[in-house]
Amino acid sequence: MIETIKLNDAQKKSRRNRNIALGLVLAGLVILFYVMTLVKIGNIGG
Amino acid sequence: MTVIGNHDALGTDGGVRLSEASARDFFELLKPRVMSLVVFTAFTGLMLAPGHLNPVLGVISVLCIAVGAGASGALNMWYDADIDAVMTRTAKRPIPAGRILPQEALAFGLTLSVFSVVILGLAVNWFAAGLLAFTIFFYVVVYTMWLKRSTPQNIVIGGASGAFPPMIGWACVTGGVSVDSILLFLIIFLWTPAHFWALALFKMRDYGAVGVPMMPNVVGEASTKNQIVVYAVLTALAAVAPAFTGLAGLGYGIFATLLGAVFIYCSIAVRRMPDGDERMVPAKKMFAYSILYLFAIFSALLADRLFEGLPSLLGGML
Repeated sequence: MIETIKLNDAQKKSRRNRNIALGLVLAGLVILFYVMTLVKIGNIGG
Repeated sequence: MTVIGNHDALGTDGGVRLSEASARDFFELLKPRVMSLVVFTAFTGLMLAPGHLNPVLGVISVLCIAVGAGASGALNMWYDADIDAVMTRTAKRPIPAGRILPQEALAFGLTLSVFSVVILGLAVNWFAAGLLAFTIFFYVVVYTMWLKRSTPQNIVIGGASGAFPPMIGWACVTGGVSVDSILLFLIIFLWTPAHFWALALFKMRDYGAVGVPMMPNVVGEASTKNQIVVYAVLTALAAVAPAFTGLAGLGYGIFATLLGAVFIYCSIAVRRMPDGDERMVPAKKMFAYSILYLFAIFSALLADRLFEGLPSLLGGML
């Protein structure tokens, strides 16, 4: 039987908290690169 | 002195130590209060620079400079965890308090450093990105790892890293450096010793306990107080200079002169403080006023630029 690490409630809560923050940062980066590309393309067009 | 041993991946009981750090703890690693000053001064540099930058790219520039400054703060906390644990002012920081592992802070700081520099380079220009990379390097390697623990001039030379943000903001617009951007740099560079040594005077015991050679601990209170006066005078002169180079107008010049006079007055009050004063009220007042002073000077520069542009803006609308 494989022994796995059991997370306690505090660890689960903080991991979820970090995952949400990381998700938001990644979503922000996607938006950032999208907007950046639009502006750069706009500048070339202008 | 080290506290790092408590926070290895293996816990003290030999089991696997899993992180309980929250996103808030990581945010605290970025030194948000320092970051707010960086954001403000970088934004001012960006607004004062001649030329035009797309507002979206302007926001990205300030964001990258802020994240870069935060990253260097995280790397500073990683390296200084041992002394932070001993000083009352810093003992509650995430690493000495055991909320974040040193290796987590290191990875976080390095990742943010790379991202902030690369994004600034891709979005705006590589000169500004290079300046941001140099600032991070200067703060982490030159100041934190080398100067801080080896010379009482640590804050004088290291203060350059805190003075670069308006220059980076300026470089985002112009792609280079000019006399005016160096002037913005000089205001913060000369302000830093007066600001920090006022703090060092009333936190002298803390710095002494961890062996950091801050000026009061090395040369004594009297010499430090004299140097505070000298730097306060130099800061006040540098802060008035934009009115003479054409970067700001007469109104700004008068305002900066008045603010500078109060700054010098505060430094003289510190100088008059008797050696060994336990309460150090003038030093605490000087420290508080120095923060207000820098915000006020950069706010005035911003206001001056906005009011200067107002007549032409109104004229264009009519």
